[in-house]
Amino acid sequence: MFYREVGQFKTSYAADQAIFPIRQDRIGLALILAVAFIGIPLIGGEFMIASVMIPFLVLALAAIGLNILIGYTGLISLGTGAFMGVGAYACYKLSTLFPQVNIIVWIISSGLVSCAVGVLFGLPSLRIKGFYLAIATLAAQFFLQWCFVRVGWLYNNNPSGAIEVPLHTLFGIPITGATAKPLTRYYVVLTIVVVMTWFASNLVHGRIGRNWMAVRDMDIAAQLMGIRLLPAKLLAFAVSSFYAGVAGALMVFLWLGAAEPEAFNINESFVLLFMVIIGGLGSLIGSFLGAALIHILPIIVRTTPGALGLSIGSATAEHLTYIITGGLILFFLIVEPHGLARLWQIAKQKLRVWPFPY
Amino acid sequence: MGLLYQIFIDPFMQMGQAPDLLVQTLWEGLVGGVLYALIALGFVLIFKASGVFNFAQGIMMVFAALTLVGLYEKGVPAPLALLLAIGVMYLLALGVERVVLRPLVNQPDIMLFMATFGLTYILIGAGQLVFGGDPKEMPVTALGLPKGAIDLKILGGLVSLQKIDIAAAIIASIMVAGLAVFFQKTRIGRALRAVADDHQAALSVGISLNQIWVIVWFTAGIVALATGIMWGARSDVSFALQVISLKALPVLILGGFTSVPGAIVGGLIIGIGEKLGEFYWGPLVGGGIESWLAYAIALAFLLFKPEGLFGEKIIERI
Repeated sequence: MFYREVGQFKTSYAADQAIFPIRQDRIGLALILAVAFIGIPLIGGEFMIASVMIPFLVLALAAIGLNILIGYTGLISLGTGAFMGVGAYACYKLSTLFPQVNIIVWIISSGLVSCAVGVLFGLPSLRIKGFYLAIATLAAQFFLQWCFVRVGWLYNNNPSGAIEVPLHTLFGIPITGATAKPLTRYYVVLTIVVVMTWFASNLVHGRIGRNWMAVRDMDIAAQLMGIRLLPAKLLAFAVSSFYAGVAGALMVFLWLGAAEPEAFNINESFVLLFMVIIGGLGSLIGSFLGAALIHILPIIVRTTPGALGLSIGSATAEHLTYIITGGLILFFLIVEPHGLARLWQIAKQKLRVWPFPY
Repeated sequence: MGLLYQIFIDPFMQMGQAPDLLVQTLWEGLVGGVLYALIALGFVLIFKASGVFNFAQGIMMVFAALTLVGLYEKGVPAPLALLLAIGVMYLLALGVERVVLRPLVNQPDIMLFMATFGLTYILIGAGQLVFGGDPKEMPVTALGLPKGAIDLKILGGLVSLQKIDIAAAIIASIMVAGLAVFFQKTRIGRALRAVADDHQAALSVGISLNQIWVIVWFTAGIVALATGIMWGARSDVSFALQVISLKALPVLILGGFTSVPGAIVGGLIIGIGEKLGEFYWGPLVGGGIESWLAYAIALAFLLFKPEGLFGEKIIERI
């Protein structure tokens, strides 16, 4: 009754091809943005913003990058964690070499560095497909991780082997480093994520996105229809690693504040893969839903026993977290193999015809 | 020029000057390769029969070895603990078939791949919950495996062979031969190959898919147990072993996902290549290249043969 396009007439092609053709969708989006920009800073405490929202946004951005590669172009990659690492190390290197330049510029540029590395490791994708490609991307993961440990130049030969974020300001307000307030960092992350999601949305709904999806559905057929595979696949790798790189830079500079090479290990890549698959392949909203589920689930599992007054040792709790996370992954895969985004679509369809069944 | 010399000439000079070191390195590579091949074998068995890329093979190996050692430490005699561990692997196969495979049949490959990730998490959690996360020592002698080393005097030097490594190589060959006979000669083996060829056709001639899946996962579980014992005897049994199992992935793509001999040959190439590379070329770039060299070798092979050395030729149709 409330969610229906009846009476909303399109008078131009542009209106007809809009990404959100239904007015209620646009209102809903505006509401979500309002909650994100105004509501959460008002009601959320320090913990909520620093430990839940910022990681969620950063991981969602990386998941969007991976989703472009897996969900839209059908190229399985297990190296996202390393590409995030490339972004983080590039940003660290650039910002320590030229500290006077605005940090936002360097965060975006580090995405470009990651992009170049991604294209390099994407080259085999033309000849190798499916799981063979997935394992080939593991080469990128392990090689890059080795670089983060062995190449001292990358972390300025810091004896601890870690990268630490110096203080940077934007319009006189500190946004990175120890003195930056979580709220400021949250606004910076949120703005970057919103802008990049908007960009990704335009990309996947346009000509490029359609090319990618054609390649995903069957690459030989796509080639016969005149899509050049090499540029399409490499572009997907480039855009995907760009997103991963920016997410990595944000992760170190605005979320953790410091990072060791271990932060970008293979588990990070796997966790991102979970997010994309549980959220829904080939869906931007799915990336957000998946990131929310996978990031927030362990927090809930960890805090629930305490809230219920049960006392479980921290080691036991951690093991239980593993079991429950694994169980839920299986549960979601069996109940809805197309991910949370699909559930969201079903709900929308039901709302549209409500109160009738069809 | 100096760099070219260091890359292309110097390592071979070293090999020529100290042939005993070369033999030692080759032997270690060979043994490592055999163990990689065993892990890869578990992958291949499951991939052939159910089309599942079983990421959990590595953790199955740890879990099986951990069950064995955990039971032994609780006072169960070693042979009984071995039997019980085999029993646990059977229960695991039953559970996987019932809970994971049956509801997810006919889903895209990547979904099944993810499901094995879920399985990995469950096994990690359960293993740590029941047996604790500390590294445990494998009771080598109680299981009747040899200990110690044989020193060979050849080529003007000393080459030391660990007895457990020799045992590992022998057990691995017996297992591969046994599996080959099982696949070629027995009724169940033929049914397995039929399922691998075509699920629907196999169903229509009366082969029970569910039963076959249990058998395959159980076989892979036994392979995992054997691998776990061998790895556990070399280093302690701990969850860190799971990372080693990632090394079996380049072996897989090198040999082809569907080929048992491919897993063996791939394992040997990766094992030897990795050790030689680390020993002779590693110092040039600061060492530690073992972590990615295997992938680089596999990638180089793949560029020329995208389906692996022994994989089925990929024929694509519109």
